[in-house]
Amino acid sequence: MTAEIRTSDGELLSIKLKKVERRRRTTAFLLAAPLLFFIVFTYVIPIFQMLGRSIDNVQMNEFLSETHEVMQAWDGSEMPGEDVTSTFYYELKTAVENKYHGKIATRLNYEKGGFTSLIKKTSRKLKNFDENANFLDQFIDVHKKWGDIEYWQALKRGTDAYHFRKYLTTFDYEQKFDGSIERIPEKLRINVTLWLRTIFVAVGVTFCCFILAYPISHLLSVLPTRYSNLLMICVLLPFWTSLLVRTSSWMVLLQKQGVLNDTLVSLGFVADESRLELMYNMTGTFIAMTQILLPFMVLPLYSVMKTISPSLMRAATSMGATPFHAFRKIYFPLTYAGISAGSILVFVLAIGYYITPALVGGAKGILISNRIAYHMQQSLDWSLATAMATVLLIAVLVVYWLYNKIVGIDNMRLG
Amino acid sequence: MMNSKKSDFVKFEQVDKSYDGKELVVKGLDLDIAEGEFLTLLGPSGSGKTTTLMMLAGFETPTNGEIYFDGRPINNIPPHKRGIGMVFQNYALFPHLSVYENLAFPLKVRKVDKSEIEERINKTLKMVSLTGFENRMPAQLSGGQQQRVAVARALVFDPKLVLMDEPLGALDKNLRESMQYELKHIHESLGVTVVYVTHDQGEALTMSNRIAVFNDGKVQQLSGPNELYETPVNSFVASFIGENNTFTGTVKEIASGSAKIETDSGETIVANPIAVSSSGEKSRISLRPERVSIDPNEQLENKFTSEIREIIYHGDHTRVRVNLLGNDDFILKVPNASSDLKLNVGDKLDLGWSSHDCRALDY
Repeated sequence: MTAEIRTSDGELLSIKLKKVERRRRTTAFLLAAPLLFFIVFTYVIPIFQMLGRSIDNVQMNEFLSETHEVMQAWDGSEMPGEDVTSTFYYELKTAVENKYHGKIATRLNYEKGGFTSLIKKTSRKLKNFDENANFLDQFIDVHKKWGDIEYWQALKRGTDAYHFRKYLTTFDYEQKFDGSIERIPEKLRINVTLWLRTIFVAVGVTFCCFILAYPISHLLSVLPTRYSNLLMICVLLPFWTSLLVRTSSWMVLLQKQGVLNDTLVSLGFVADESRLELMYNMTGTFIAMTQILLPFMVLPLYSVMKTISPSLMRAATSMGATPFHAFRKIYFPLTYAGISAGSILVFVLAIGYYITPALVGGAKGILISNRIAYHMQQSLDWSLATAMATVLLIAVLVVYWLYNKIVGIDNMRLG
Repeated sequence: MMNSKKSDFVKFEQVDKSYDGKELVVKGLDLDIAEGEFLTLLGPSGSGKTTTLMMLAGFETPTNGEIYFDGRPINNIPPHKRGIGMVFQNYALFPHLSVYENLAFPLKVRKVDKSEIEERINKTLKMVSLTGFENRMPAQLSGGQQQRVAVARALVFDPKLVLMDEPLGALDKNLRESMQYELKHIHESLGVTVVYVTHDQGEALTMSNRIAVFNDGKVQQLSGPNELYETPVNSFVASFIGENNTFTGTVKEIASGSAKIETDSGETIVANPIAVSSSGEKSRISLRPERVSIDPNEQLENKFTSEIREIIYHGDHTRVRVNLLGNDDFILKVPNASSDLKLNVGDKLDLGWSSHDCRALDY
């Protein structure tokens, strides 16, 4: 039986302790609060709103709410009945009157090509409709596509409030109107190629950074401070230069008439007519990204290596280990934390890299992020863009989660 | 020492070492270390003792001269082929390996088979009283335990020579003292040759068979702890080892075994000429506090009167600082058992000492 412990003024110790702790935590929270609110309102909320667009179709659902309602009873196996067509007619008429039929056309066009012209033509002819005759026949009279059942199936599907079909598109799959999921025709497939290429480039760049950064980090960690500071500045120099400037410099260096090719030709390594294709392909993306991301590998490696006492290697060799054996069994295992921290940083940055592949990548060197930008800015299929972005975000979070499970996020240090 | 053991098991021959090409850290070092000996390299920081140890371990290369180990020149043998065990200042335990794996490392490198590895590790851990700690990680051990693991790891592969670089420097005083005895006992029971570097004279005196006192890149004196304390050969050794009262003066008369020296204050002290040979030379006279008698009855060559300046109680003894012959920092040690003496600041006190205990050294 343990007696309750009280403080000198008679309060219960556990309660008193909580009070004191609470005050400390409140202070800590208040210190972090401004930044927290800033991040939540300018970053977290907008991002989740944006990501929500990948499944959100609420507006369409409202525009054609009655049609959607009525169509639930239609199984899609044969042409829709008059209940469906008449409801659609009246709702489309309202849309034309309120001038939002254009949005409906654009949105339905994502479900099935040809819908834009179909809706536009139908809207123009809507005033000629006889509201007492058969609507389906009149629709078909305006445009023969209305006789194709797939357009009605697309209309049904296109008015659902929420859907996950963009995620299928992200991986080059589509849902047929009969509900089956199939890969899209081979000549249209691009996303899976880009995903695989992105992962390949991210892994490859991480590996190249590791190979280049390991020896230099080691050197940094053993040099006397005045030399290591100078070398550290060289490593960090890229951080102080704009990303665009750095990428453009790589264009100057790597292009066919660029510095690197000129040098190789003048040294006689490469014939003038067969200059190397170093840009607008994967090679360019690889080289430029490796250089730009190198500091993110050097810093964590350096901070871990700095803590490894040189006497450990000496101890190992004094016990009879060859320098290589000592490195493999002692030094290298002690740098795992740095390797993993550097690798995850470089990998995560590389997997979402945009500007560099856009500028030096060409068609063969673009990555998934460039495709997301394309859908945001050119095709305007924001749902698809955000679906891809969501997949990318989840992939990164999974990598972080794995890292935290295996290594522990606390082991990440940068200096 | 047994006759079969080599007296020049390790031999430094005219070894110089310079890092920057301007200054010699070790100057013309000649040093023989006998087999089975516990030799301490003692000196202030920057005296070249650690550099000497590192050259023996193979982590530094002599700029000139040759080092022999067991009769072989080893300048061109890399550290991992020398077979010398080493205990480092900060223990240098491999933090990612357990105690067992740390100890197994030198054995695995030597391709010792599994059962023997286990046997040897058990034996060694028992020797340093760490049985049962096999699976602990170094970070889970106290400083003293880490120290024992480091020692065990340096001994587990039975090297003929073990080097220790200030291994007890990071421990607190009590632990340091008990580890000193423990290391001494391990050395005695194994008969391994130990070269030990420290700047702590107490440690050196407690543990060593012989001590090499380093200063300014040179061995100032190489002898047993006893001689080192009682008969320092120069004023550096006298001041570095133990407590020491000094007077400076000029030699007036010199005969065998005694010299008359006039101190700077004008009195004459009869001293034992160690590093002076002719009259007119400047000399520094060294006298251990415990060699001074208070109110001397017997016939002593040197008798003077002093004035008490400060009395400091030290538990087992009292230190009395007096002014004697112009020296304001003359220290006396009075055992507290005989404290029938009434001491007060400002009192006069008669002091005396034998000329034999008072050594006239270099200036």
